[in-house]
Amino acid sequence: MRMPKILFALIFALLAALFATQAGAQGLTVQIVNGVPSAIPITVVPFGQQGSGPASPVDIAQIVSMDLNRCGKFRTLPTSEVVESPTTGSQVKFATWQQLKQDYIVVGRTSYDGGALKADFELWDVNKQQQLLGLSITGQGSDLRRVAHQIADQIYQKIIGVRGAFDTRIAYVTMVGLGDNAQYALVVADSDGYNPQTVVRSHEALLSPAWSPNGQELAYVSFESGNSAIYIQNIATGSRRVVSARAGINGAPRFAPDGRRLAVSLSFQGNPEIYAMDLGTGALTRLTHNLAIDTEPRWTPDGASVVFTSDRSGKPQLYEIPASGGTPQRITFQGQYNANASISYDGKKIAMVQGNGNVYRIAVMDRSLGGQETFVSPGNLDDAPSWAPNASMLLYAANEGPRGVLYAVSADGRVRQRLVLGDGDVREPAWGPYRNP
Amino acid sequence: MNATVRVSVVALMCLAAAACAKKQEVKAPPPPEAPTTTTAPTTEGAFTPADLQSNACLRTRVIYFDFDKSDIQSQFDNIVACHAKYLRDRPMARMTIEGNTDERGTREYNLGLGERRGNALASALEAAGASADQIKVVSYGEERPVCREHNESCWHQNRRDNIVYTTE
Repeated sequence: MRMPKILFALIFALLAALFATQAGAQGLTVQIVNGVPSAIPITVVPFGQQGSGPASPVDIAQIVSMDLNRCGKFRTLPTSEVVESPTTGSQVKFATWQQLKQDYIVVGRTSYDGGALKADFELWDVNKQQQLLGLSITGQGSDLRRVAHQIADQIYQKIIGVRGAFDTRIAYVTMVGLGDNAQYALVVADSDGYNPQTVVRSHEALLSPAWSPNGQELAYVSFESGNSAIYIQNIATGSRRVVSARAGINGAPRFAPDGRRLAVSLSFQGNPEIYAMDLGTGALTRLTHNLAIDTEPRWTPDGASVVFTSDRSGKPQLYEIPASGGTPQRITFQGQYNANASISYDGKKIAMVQGNGNVYRIAVMDRSLGGQETFVSPGNLDDAPSWAPNASMLLYAANEGPRGVLYAVSADGRVRQRLVLGDGDVREPAWGPYRNP
Repeated sequence: MNATVRVSVVALMCLAAAACAKKQEVKAPPPPEAPTTTTAPTTEGAFTPADLQSNACLRTRVIYFDFDKSDIQSQFDNIVACHAKYLRDRPMARMTIEGNTDERGTREYNLGLGERRGNALASALEAAGASADQIKVVSYGEERPVCREHNESCWHQNRRDNIVYTTE
């Protein structure tokens, strides 16, 4: 008999709540809004301790568990039901885990010495009683949680067949206070919301953060000078430069896949047009020539063309133009309002804000399926979709009552988690690129 | 009640309330009314900076727009006329027009829409004799709402141009 969906949701909610208390201290909480009964059952046994050194300051198994639950493709066994505690494959009694209807089991042990963490782990197929992975991952100092995210990535890749994106970072904008007391911050955090680090603060609005392809820089728009201006800032050093502070709008920066050009929307020639800026010379190549609002340029993964928002047909719709210039082709035809595209790494899926009446939802258009569209968010005022680098999940911004919150949603829209700040408004999420371990 | 239990309860309540997205029925204050009749300058002479404080028309520094529109509604013709006259009378005067939108739609598109609204007012002022170099347009898009509720009466207050004199 299938367990009713609501029961699963309940278990997920309790599990998420358990984790949430710890995450809350870090600034963001994760709640799973609706679970998926078809998710793969997997047990991550709490890791043992190797050697006589101090215990690991982070709970590796718990972080791995949380990652796997977050992506919607897995359902981990609650710790209270983990009845045995093997730390190596040879200690695993498969009958126990078969009885608990687990498909996979992860066991491991850590040693911690002088700030360096070493985790040995094994992934086993419970039914075949076969070892799928046996790896050792080490991490230093403040990056101990990354060890767990990298383990989760390995497990994800082995079982799903696609590179995992847990060991990545996200950027977002927070706002607290109102009017003259408003404080904005551009924040970078781990993909699970931990380790938030403020990149820049401002009393004026910050928006449109965009990652450089190497993950070292963020481009963004700040109103701190009284008008919109585009900045590029190094995350590690904090050093930054203004790349456009022209008259009119300086908006919507996006790095080209090669990192050498920045697509922007500028209105200094009269109305917002799309330009490609050479980041070496600062030279601008104008791509659009139209009296409409042309904004939100997004490079296709091959860098050959740019998808952008334009209201040249009356209402905003998405268009595509060669990166060297040419004639734009309209690519969206469903919905009254389509804007703020995010293109998946393979170019097949375009997520966008789709508005009908007063309802704005995130829609995903699959170009490999003839432009078939599905909604992945419920509305009413959803914005800023951003794909994970493996397109397994999307981040987007939503309003709940008076405040803005972020959601992570699986690509099929079936699993959503809310990431909320304890205080204030969160918006403008941008999922960063893969990191090198 | 410890923190874990408290958060669990909240999580369950969220489930029950379908993600806590319940609409709030909060009445927004009505938008400030634009004066329907203009007090003409008391003399036929030129405006002075003092009139910015005393003249009912010049004291009105905001005009409102329909959803996704940037045309100046005729009810604001008198506002355009008196500010244009002020700029004509005081060639040294400078103003910034701040274009704003409601929260619906995307932030970057709304920057464009706010600019369009600012430009619409600038064009109207210039058509009425103001000089282009007296007017600067800045778009804040949806970033500077005066009202933060998610309903039409609030959105109406946010779809606006603000007139700011930088040199009187």
